[in-house]
Amino acid sequence: MERIPILQMGEFLLVTIQVDMHDRLAMTLQDDLTNRISQTNANGVLIDISALEIVDSFIGRILGNIAKMSRVMDAETVVVGMQPAVAITLVELGLSLTGIRTALNVEKGMALLRASISESAQAQAIATEWDLEDDAED
Amino acid sequence: MQKIEELKIQSSADVVLVRQAVRQFAIEVGFGLVDQTKIVTAASELARNTLDYGGGGIVKLETLQEGGRRGLRLTFEDQGPGIADIDMALRDGFTTGGGLGMGLGGAKRLANEFEIESVVGEGTRIIIVRWK
Repeated sequence: MERIPILQMGEFLLVTIQVDMHDRLAMTLQDDLTNRISQTNANGVLIDISALEIVDSFIGRILGNIAKMSRVMDAETVVVGMQPAVAITLVELGLSLTGIRTALNVEKGMALLRASISESAQAQAIATEWDLEDDAED
Repeated sequence: MQKIEELKIQSSADVVLVRQAVRQFAIEVGFGLVDQTKIVTAASELARNTLDYGGGGIVKLETLQEGGRRGLRLTFEDQGPGIADIDMALRDGFTTGGGLGMGLGGAKRLANEFEIESVVGEGTRIIIVRWK
C-alpha cells in the first residue's frame, strides 16, 4: 500500500509530503503518525509541505487533526514550507488553519519545536520543584 | 482554439487526476501561479463533493475565449440525491458529511463565476469559471 514515509530525527518525527495526496493517503498518514508518536515517544512532529501545490479543505482538516492528536499525545506539530500561492488560496477558501503552528522552512520549524519543548520542560521542572517544596513542608 | 476534456470522478484517485488536468488547462490558458492554485483548489473541493455527496459523476473542462480575455470553465455533474437547500449548503461550516463545510462556499469564492442547479432525487450541476 502507498504510504508517506515518516523519518525519525532524535526526538522529532519528520514528514515530507512530496506527492499529490489523494484523500485516503492523507488519512493513512494521520493514522501512521499517531502510531509512530506513541511508539517512539517523539515530542515533536515537523511536516514539510513545500512540495504541495494545493491545500484544500480536506488536507487542511487532516493537518489540523494531526496537530490536535499529537498535542493529546504530548507532541508539538509544526507545518513548514507552505508556498505563497497556497497560503493566498487557503485564506480565500476560508481556512485559517487555526491551532496549527507554522514556520517558513524546516530550519525555522526545528527551532520552533526545540524552543517549545524546552519551554514545556522548564514548566515541568518548576512544577516538580513546587511539588518537592510541598512535600518538604509536610 | 477551444480545448475540451471530460473526466469521470469515481474514486479519490480520480480527484487527484481532476486536479492535474485542471492544472494543465490553467497553464494552457496562461494563468499565473496564484490563479492556477485557486482554480485547482476549487476543482478539488467540487470534485470531492461530486464523489462524496453525489456518489460520483463527471467533470467537463473547457477553455474559453471571449473578446480579448481567456478563461477556464469547469462543469461538475452528478446523478446523486441533489441538494435540498442550496443557500444552506453554500454557508460556511454547514455540512451533512464529515467535512469542514468549507468546500462549496470556498469554491464559489475562488471562482469568478459560480452557478449551481440541483434537483432533489435527480442530481446536481455546478459550473465555475475563472478568467485570466
